[in-house]
Amino acid sequence: MITIVDYGLGNIRAFLNMYKRLNIDAKTATTAAELASATRVLLPGVGSFDDAMERLGRSGMRDTLDELALRKRVPVLGVCVGMQMLAHGSDEGQLPGLGWIDARVRALEAHTGSTLPRPHMGWNDVRPVAANRLFDQLDTGARFYFLHSFYFVCQRDEDRLAVTDYGGDFASAAHAGNIYGVQFHPEKSHHFGARLLKNFAEL
Amino acid sequence: MLRPRITPCLLLRDEGLVKTVRFADPKYVGDPVNAVRIFNEKEADELIVLDIGASVADAAPNVRLIAQFAVECRMPLCYGGGIKTVEQAREIIALGVEKVAISSAAIENPRLVSAIADAVGGQSVVAVFDTTRVGPGDYDVRTHNGTRRTGKRLVDAIREAESGGAGEIFVNAINNDGVMGGYDLELARLVRSTTRLPISLAGGAGSLAHIGELIRACGVIGAVSGSLFVFNRTRRAVVINYADQSQKDELVRAALPQ
Repeated sequence: MITIVDYGLGNIRAFLNMYKRLNIDAKTATTAAELASATRVLLPGVGSFDDAMERLGRSGMRDTLDELALRKRVPVLGVCVGMQMLAHGSDEGQLPGLGWIDARVRALEAHTGSTLPRPHMGWNDVRPVAANRLFDQLDTGARFYFLHSFYFVCQRDEDRLAVTDYGGDFASAAHAGNIYGVQFHPEKSHHFGARLLKNFAEL
Repeated sequence: MLRPRITPCLLLRDEGLVKTVRFADPKYVGDPVNAVRIFNEKEADELIVLDIGASVADAAPNVRLIAQFAVECRMPLCYGGGIKTVEQAREIIALGVEKVAISSAAIENPRLVSAIADAVGGQSVVAVFDTTRVGPGDYDVRTHNGTRRTGKRLVDAIREAESGGAGEIFVNAINNDGVMGGYDLELARLVRSTTRLPISLAGGAGSLAHIGELIRACGVIGAVSGSLFVFNRTRRAVVINYADQSQKDELVRAALPQ
């Protein structure tokens, strides 16, 4: 079943509502035992990088999450700060990330210069740059809601799944094997978001 | 490209949805949760809910009602009204609200913005300023639904909020509220040139053409309106309506030529 890691951050209910509307079973996990049976893992996240990593560490679910992601190779989707946690680390904090995708998280100014408003907030186009079922039926005209001040920089271009233009293209979706991340909020992106969450359930 | 946001604003009082004119005479127009459901179906860009009774009555945010909005809302949600402490902001964000709006409490205690930004992330903190024009290019800030003068100039309040770590500036033009004669574009340009944060402007939209004018003047902006989306002018009746995606695209194409 799709299991949402509930470590105290992110809009857990919004994901549950979306899946309920899609008639797809989903549940939350607050303990390692609840997480263990997951066949899909959704890792939400909002706020600051270190706070998210700290809370995940304290949740008691970290070892089970590693086991699911790295050994059982269950599909994992990190959302917003949840995506950023998949990188080695972030300019926003000191703590190491999960390091499951070869990437760093950088301040948005490094990318946009000083001309564009920060945070990057609102609806923007997401253009897939690699064939992947996560973007099934989202290949043209898909737009999603963004709200972030830091962004994901893949070390390898082939890990980028989709790009978004904000002062130039950045990786708005990335993957490495069974590990996926999206910078935008599918749970708040109407029918585009519903489609992406459905695609994740069907990977 | 990043698109301008077209944002319905719902005003609450005593758990009912109300509409004001120049911040006065709140008129009951319906059930707010039902309005949220309709804006879901219309796929609105985002939604702002402001409880205009909370700060005036010195009441805490109505957490039970906010939880209901957060559960129903399938678009990004901003809530404001009565937030005075970091704990309240944290609790509201934990309910699944994307952004909290801080208004009078931010004026009374400028350090509150940075304290809340530290707790929930600056991108989730919206500083809201209700303003009136006091002279050419000069605007003040008022609180408590426009009844209380703060003695503060708008540009100073905006700069203070930005340096305090807010993630968005929302400015509400009191004189234009509910009048539906168009946005105050002079105000919009002033706000745009004062801050690098994303901005939203409310007060005056009576048609999609007014939203087009605002976008033409300021580029990518949040165009906020209550009247336009919850009120039918010709019938003077409550009708929830919103631009569909092709109307929005057309509006942006015309206002922001590539």
